[in-house]
Amino acid sequence: MISVWRDERMRQVLSACVTLGLAVGVFGISFGVSAVSAGATVAQASAMSLFVFTGASQFSAVSVIGSGGSAFAAFGGAAILAARNGVYGLAMAPHLTGRLGSRLAAAHITIDESTAMAAAQDDEAHRRMAFWVTGLSVLLFWNIGTLVGALLGKAIDPKVYGLDAAFPAAFVALLFPLLRERRSARAALIGAVTCAVLIPFTPIGVPILCATVGILVGVPAPTPEGVAA
Amino acid sequence: MSWTFVIVLAATAYAFKVLGLVVIGDRRLPPVLDRCLALIPAALIAAIVVKDTFSVGQHLQIDARAAGVGAAVIAAWRRAPLIVVIIIGAAATAGVRALA
Repeated sequence: MISVWRDERMRQVLSACVTLGLAVGVFGISFGVSAVSAGATVAQASAMSLFVFTGASQFSAVSVIGSGGSAFAAFGGAAILAARNGVYGLAMAPHLTGRLGSRLAAAHITIDESTAMAAAQDDEAHRRMAFWVTGLSVLLFWNIGTLVGALLGKAIDPKVYGLDAAFPAAFVALLFPLLRERRSARAALIGAVTCAVLIPFTPIGVPILCATVGILVGVPAPTPEGVAA
Repeated sequence: MSWTFVIVLAATAYAFKVLGLVVIGDRRLPPVLDRCLALIPAALIAAIVVKDTFSVGQHLQIDARAAGVGAAVIAAWRRAPLIVVIIIGAAATAGVRALA
């Protein structure tokens, strides 16, 4: 371990990973507040953060239930969002080749942050380190944040502090980097328009499920740059 | 919210993670499926932003949240960190609500 701390680059990676975990922990507070105001108990909010452990799905589920949607609609949207962790797993699989037990543990922390941090490293040792440290620090701080938020949520009205807008604001921040890629931008546009059009006509939660139609942008094979069709 | 819901969602979320990392591992998927799956976050996140900003139940409505999310869009566009975007979004919404 001493060599880890002598390695300047490794120290930078570790500190970036832990900082990200802390930031997500603050975000966890807003999840805790929102979950409780949507009708979850403190124990349920904490159980979600510990065992579901994928923020976008948790937020989506709580948001659909909070606005009066059925459990079925809430589950559908949350499950589709959770599916992307499977895609991250595919991306991480070549780099996490240990024993079955350690891969099953790694699976639980295969989320946006750990995958993104790992992808940003340029060699295997840093990549694995970034994945584990980010995943575990997000797991720790996300759960502390959720518990604090859930306990606070009983005491405050989230609307007074604009916490109902903290949801979509966070999603805006997650969405922006994706929009730089043209296909993702088109998928986002189709998803957003589909959702807006369906809101008045379909049960709560269903517009989110239908927005999945945006991924069909990916069906045609990409044309090489400069060879416009 | 029921415990059944929490447990089923937890099991589903873990199943997806294990499916990608452990079950499929580094076997290849058909390229068309790869391309479509990669677009899930963009399509769904955009839809959630629309729903959480403009809907009240089954109605569309423009209120203080639109101002907050608009401020968040500017912050994200200026590449502010996640937590700053969230705080700006919440603060702008609370500010407009307090003035209204």
